[in-house]
Amino acid sequence: MNKIQEHLLHVAQQSVGDETVLTSKDFVSDQEIRWCPGCGDYSILKQVQTVMPQLGIKRENMVFVSGIGCSSRFPYYMETFGMHTIHGRAAAIASGLKMSRPDLDIWMISGDGDSLSIGGNHFIHLLRRNLNINLLLFNNQIYGLTKGQYSPTSEQGKITKSTPMGSPDFPFNPAALAMGADGTFIARTLDRDPKHMQEVLLRAHKHKGTSFVEIYQNCNVFNDGAFFTFTEKETKGNTALFVENGKPLVFSNGEKGIRLEGHQPKIVDLTTGEFSASDCWIHDDKDFFKASLLARFFDDVTHTTDGTLLPRPFGVIYETDRACYEDTLQQQVDSQMEAKGFGDLDKILKGNDHWEVK
Amino acid sequence: METSTNQISLDEVTIRFAGDSGDGMQLTGTQFTNATALHGNDLSTFPDFPAEIRAPIGTVAGVSGFQIHFGSKAIYNPGDHCDVLVVMNAAALKANLAYLKKGGVIIANISGFDPKNLRLAKIAEGVNPLDPETLSEYKVYEIDISRINKECLKDSGLSTKEIDRSKNMFVLGLLFWMYNRPTEGTIRQIELKFAKKPEILKANLSVFRAGWNYGETTEVFENQYVVEPASMKPGNYRNIMGNNALTLGVIAASVKSKLPIFLGTYPITPASDILHELSKYKNFNIKTFQAEDEIAGIAAAIGASYGGSLALTTSSGPGIALKTEAIGLAIMMELPLVVINIQRGGPSTGLPTKTEQADLMQAYYGRNGEAPIPIFAPATSSDCFNIAFEACRIALQHMTPVFILSDAYLANGSEPWRYPESSDLPDIKIEFAKANPDEAFMPYLRNEKLARPWAIPGTKGLEHRIGGIEKEDITGNISYDPINHEKMVKLRAEKVERISDYIPLQQIDTGKETGKVLVLGWGGTYGILKTAVLDLIKEGHDVSFSHLRFLNPFPKNLGAILSNYDKVIIPELNSGQLVKIIRDKYFIPAIPYNKVQGLPFTSIEIKNVILQHLND
Repeated sequence: MNKIQEHLLHVAQQSVGDETVLTSKDFVSDQEIRWCPGCGDYSILKQVQTVMPQLGIKRENMVFVSGIGCSSRFPYYMETFGMHTIHGRAAAIASGLKMSRPDLDIWMISGDGDSLSIGGNHFIHLLRRNLNINLLLFNNQIYGLTKGQYSPTSEQGKITKSTPMGSPDFPFNPAALAMGADGTFIARTLDRDPKHMQEVLLRAHKHKGTSFVEIYQNCNVFNDGAFFTFTEKETKGNTALFVENGKPLVFSNGEKGIRLEGHQPKIVDLTTGEFSASDCWIHDDKDFFKASLLARFFDDVTHTTDGTLLPRPFGVIYETDRACYEDTLQQQVDSQMEAKGFGDLDKILKGNDHWEVK
Repeated sequence: METSTNQISLDEVTIRFAGDSGDGMQLTGTQFTNATALHGNDLSTFPDFPAEIRAPIGTVAGVSGFQIHFGSKAIYNPGDHCDVLVVMNAAALKANLAYLKKGGVIIANISGFDPKNLRLAKIAEGVNPLDPETLSEYKVYEIDISRINKECLKDSGLSTKEIDRSKNMFVLGLLFWMYNRPTEGTIRQIELKFAKKPEILKANLSVFRAGWNYGETTEVFENQYVVEPASMKPGNYRNIMGNNALTLGVIAASVKSKLPIFLGTYPITPASDILHELSKYKNFNIKTFQAEDEIAGIAAAIGASYGGSLALTTSSGPGIALKTEAIGLAIMMELPLVVINIQRGGPSTGLPTKTEQADLMQAYYGRNGEAPIPIFAPATSSDCFNIAFEACRIALQHMTPVFILSDAYLANGSEPWRYPESSDLPDIKIEFAKANPDEAFMPYLRNEKLARPWAIPGTKGLEHRIGGIEKEDITGNISYDPINHEKMVKLRAEKVERISDYIPLQQIDTGKETGKVLVLGWGGTYGILKTAVLDLIKEGHDVSFSHLRFLNPFPKNLGAILSNYDKVIIPELNSGQLVKIIRDKYFIPAIPYNKVQGLPFTSIEIKNVILQHLND
């Protein structure tokens, strides 16, 4: 038994019989929250703290790992273990922690700049390796902490402090990027829909593998209203598509639906009697090819032949099972230890060719 | 294999094998080395190979060399110049003739001197590089190794390409005969290596024997040489290369601390062999992770350290540059981490396969903010074991990242190592923090070493947050308070400084405790510097030698030692880095001697420098 195992056994023995039922308050740390008043991050913190007690995981076995940015202050506010690291590297740090300690329940907190710009490399590699980590990406389409430059998800032409003539950068579609990196769980939710977020968080945690959750988060200081079209009553009916397994893709209060015609998604009117909901595309998050199309429902109208603007999907877009990196790594170690026994230091110090001087 | 030729006894010999990258010279050199080690000679080796895996065949750029210096006396370096130069082609002779002593022996594979090879080696038309006139100062043996090899294997059923690849075995057999090397171990190793390819095995053994028999029967060679075993300190020995010793050192530290190893790394020359080696030992509960880049390598190691593993990252200069910010994070979070830099020529991509000591300043000062870090450097290939063990011990017990500065010369060079028994090594005692129900947990409360507690996830009651933002003393909460920041900067510096209480005092390696000149070295130059100083002492000069293995903090008595000499000369394979730090710290007019050619010093140049300062 190594020192970590010895230690964990010891502390486990000490807390035997302690069956305290946790509430969301138990996950609130004593640190003063320093986000701007009105920031979407407050809602995310609240929903995370709300679902935590439902996970059945002890606080001491949870680790929140973040990079840099407004979102990355998150771990300080959670009464769990936490690491607030350096810009872009949370995915790599969380990966090392998970590989060495598969027993831990790890949440990575990141933003659009942190994960898609400076940490883009680690982001795609985390997804393809599929470590069992919950990755919450707070997307506010702006750099908040550095006070208002455009981000890799900002729309082209965006006027910001660093782009007074409009951003020339074409934005990432995070869900499509995650599909491209062979992520095994890809979901999207919104800061202004607490119930939806809680459901998505619970499913993300249930998924074994890297669970990527993009959360649209309003930055009321530097990019206020970036997602209002999807969150506000007046517009969301026509723009937001909430997907659920086994249910047809309908939106606009059931007045519109999506049908697949060949490879093309088409918006159909469900009020004329020509089509009903049962004629629409039935959501199946296990269907890779359908999910690939769904992830492409984005602002860019050039992808549809008739220039239709498709609604933005929310919910679990894709989920599949694939071996987790840390499990395969652990199996390799275990099988070697079983086959050869725990390493004999004297044997390797001696090597194959040695001699004695008398 | 009995022989009747004249036998001449020698104290020491240096042989350089040189050929095209594809000629198997590294393998030949390694096999010769292993047999020489088993024979009981002291030895030191120096592989000198190109950065390209297969540079254009036959060109000077593609020449790969391997030098071994062995003897019946103590050997501290791979030899400035060789006594025997084996060349497989014209380019190898062109690139290496400068390393051969006057009067030395050349063994040339003449089929490597055909018009095509001469052209590829860019030898002027009409010039014969083997012309007895130009080589009149040497003894030249011309052998058509390629032809004999082909002849030997004509019935083997192997392809022309496979046959050609066996010719290095002829060289090995011939040199084994010349220097009376024991063949049993080598034959066993060849058998192991080609166990699954019986026809290749048979071919290699038959060409190896042909080489031996060529020496024995052709009467081309008048003499055979005997180099008696060296009188070495009693004990158990093996031959070891620096990177392998380093690997064994961290594994030993893992066993002695009972902590699993986690290596996060990215392939880079000349550090990759540590990844390869560690990956073989998974049954020591070792996890190795080849990350997507250098930054992810160290970042993953930091994650594993937070989780309680003995965390390592390995690289060379350019990769260390990429890891810089993460090293700062480890300093700020005060987590144990061993950062291994196998130095190579720089800056930028520089000279990937050549040696240099030019990353000392990078290790000392190469981070933003005040970011002190302990720095240790092995003196020899086998010392890589001790330094790796010490670096792990200090990192774990003092809760700090630690730098190891090895180099390409030590990494790939080899020497006999009196290896320890596991029971000779001390335990590395560490304790993870446990909750105290009566007190709130303080992640930055320090012990007598100024180390903070190692509180790993999974420990109930120790839930806490750490990060790269400045910490409040004791609580570890975020703090932008000016006075607290200065206090923390000083605490982090004092924590590193206090390590000098836990490392050995500086010793005078060679010579008197006081005197006219002290040669102060560090890192991989030990063997050469020692040889030069020993020679001068023997010649009656007043010179001493001391070698630094602990560069930050310095041993506590270093200042006192330096003040005992009229002059301190600091030779380094850089433009003068340690010398600046020594001048800064001890206010002495230390004298630099520098070489930045991607090559080790020669003992002759060091002797000349010392003599010049002795006579001034």
